[in-house]
Amino acid sequence: MIRKQWSAMGLGALLAVLAAGLAFPAGAAADETTADAPKVNLVIDVSGSMRERDIDGQSRMAAAKQAFNEVLDATPEEVRLGIRTLGADYPGDDRRTGCKDTAQLYPVGPLDRTEAKTAVATLTPTGWTPIGPALLKAADDLDGGTGSKRIVLISDGEDTCAPLDPCEVAREIAAKGIGLTIDTLGLVPNTKMRRQLSCIAEATGGTYTSVEHTDELTEKVNQLVERAADPVVTPVAVEGAARCADAPALESGLYTDREEFGQERWYRVDVAPGQELRASVSVAADRAVNPDYAVLLRAVTEHGREIVRGEAAGNGRTDVISTGLRYPKPESDGDGGDGEEAETGAETVCLRVTNSFSAASGVKTSPGMPLELTVDVVDGPAQAADVASFGLGRGWWLLGVLVVAGFLAGVLWGWLSRWRVAVWRTN
Amino acid sequence: MRITRVVSAALLTLGLAAGPAAADSTPSASPSDGDAAPTSAGTSFRTATEIDQGRTATANASAGDYLYWSFPADTGQRPTVKATVKLPAEHAAQTWQIDVYDGLRRRQACQHGAQTRTAAAGTESVELACVLRTVRAWSEPWADDPLPGTYYLRLTAVGVRTADLGQPVAAEVRVESKDMGGAAAVDGRLAEPLIPGVAMERRQDENENGAGAEAEEESGASAVLSAIEPDDGWSSGWWSDRWVWTASGAVLAALAGIGGYALTRGPGRPRHVPPNV
Repeated sequence: MIRKQWSAMGLGALLAVLAAGLAFPAGAAADETTADAPKVNLVIDVSGSMRERDIDGQSRMAAAKQAFNEVLDATPEEVRLGIRTLGADYPGDDRRTGCKDTAQLYPVGPLDRTEAKTAVATLTPTGWTPIGPALLKAADDLDGGTGSKRIVLISDGEDTCAPLDPCEVAREIAAKGIGLTIDTLGLVPNTKMRRQLSCIAEATGGTYTSVEHTDELTEKVNQLVERAADPVVTPVAVEGAARCADAPALESGLYTDREEFGQERWYRVDVAPGQELRASVSVAADRAVNPDYAVLLRAVTEHGREIVRGEAAGNGRTDVISTGLRYPKPESDGDGGDGEEAETGAETVCLRVTNSFSAASGVKTSPGMPLELTVDVVDGPAQAADVASFGLGRGWWLLGVLVVAGFLAGVLWGWLSRWRVAVWRTN
Repeated sequence: MRITRVVSAALLTLGLAAGPAAADSTPSASPSDGDAAPTSAGTSFRTATEIDQGRTATANASAGDYLYWSFPADTGQRPTVKATVKLPAEHAAQTWQIDVYDGLRRRQACQHGAQTRTAAAGTESVELACVLRTVRAWSEPWADDPLPGTYYLRLTAVGVRTADLGQPVAAEVRVESKDMGGAAAVDGRLAEPLIPGVAMERRQDENENGAGAEAEEESGASAVLSAIEPDDGWSSGWWSDRWVWTASGAVLAALAGIGGYALTRGPGRPRHVPPNV
């Protein structure tokens, strides 16, 4: 209740943070038991332009409030939901102050629907549109825990706080945290806004949606909150080396890394004889890249001999380019190998990932693009001894050959036995 | 004997309760609970929605989204992927595309079908199709032949104007496959189907067996990369109709042999030779 009053008083970011601090202990016990609970932070634009009445005859703010109420009702139990506002408190003209105007309306934690709804009801369209700073703060709100994290940004205008490009901010956030996705929704968008919001979404592997009607808004936010509740494997962060000798040793699992344009990343995997290494890699295009690109994954011995490679190239709009490879290590190397490793020991296979993405000169190259690596070491396959299954035959030709051969054999056998009878009779 | 009655009643209820529970737990590997087809799509390989073959999955999305589904394909199947995208009333020309990737995230070629198609301005919908190659039981590691396991399907607008980004679209996908029979039965066999994360799962299972209840509780909530399986399980790779062909060939050869023998040997012993001479 204290929190509600404060946000109504509009004391700004400082107090909201304080409020979050006070509110936190209540939810702390629940948080500890469910460290992997999915977290969603709804970031809503409360700038002056939200007053415009162009969504189903009501104001954008009213539409957003209505949608929020429905979303709060439908939020799955396990989701930790928070709400952050931007441009809610400072009505003045000072850009510097206006661009710091972001506050936590409802802290990320177990959801009290009534309280959250009351908080939403207090919102009145007021100030600027500081998307970048709001995203940074929203990412901080979601800090901690191992579950999936999602920011849903609802805005009706592009960022008014240049030079901090929200798109760059989104990329930095994605590079910092594991599994944080930003989905954006544009209310009655124009072209510039579409470009900015879809840039933010693509930087983190999220989605961008244009909204013209209240029900669309409700449905989409619900869909995104539900999506956050789906259990997803969280990848392990790893940093590949510039050469095999320094590379981190990986076991079966899912890993993420970052790779800049033209950079190479090395990893090592131990494969015992009779096992099969399966590796797949995908490099995501999280920024504006030139339309022709490729990725190359090579499995190399410690001595630099290439065993097998996976390569993929593409052109046009894409989110990711991926490839994979399989390396079944034979049961016994015998004398066929290079004598590179001990007869019985596991072989160290070096995986080298390179990409040939490129970008126009204005595009930032760091942090690198997100790279996802799956490693599976499984039992080796049963090698094929023949083209056909068990060397069996099939088809009319086979039957014809067998019949003719059988007939000829019968004839031959018949002649033989006749000849034998003839010999026996003459004797 | 009140105690025995209570105990037996308790056992009975337990048995009744456990019966359906056990029955329920078996098909949990199948992607959709019950009969409902999935109504959403994932947004990456990691979050791809699992669908069964022969069932239509739908998703509401925005133009520009990358929609991912995954489906199982087993040895001897030739999957056909079909997608229909319903476009909003007003839009400029848009190019849509489906791409299919195997369990190693390698792009799989389409033999035929309109994999990419441009919808002219204002068209209601666009239909896409992709006929994959036949899934084999084994291939050399240097080849990218389709192998049994998880397949990913990505549907996206590859050419879309900024003004159309984010507009609501409805997608519908369906995977069906043709059984290619023994003609595609090759020798060799993978130890595990090409399912991403299969080794992690195995390890988890082993831990579970070793560490008991604690680990089990942990893995209950944990997600897996792909828990997909065909309705009747993965084929063992042992059976093909080549056995029938070969065996019937052998029978025919034996009959032809007898025929040939009878033809040349004559009707048996010459009549004028008395028996036991």
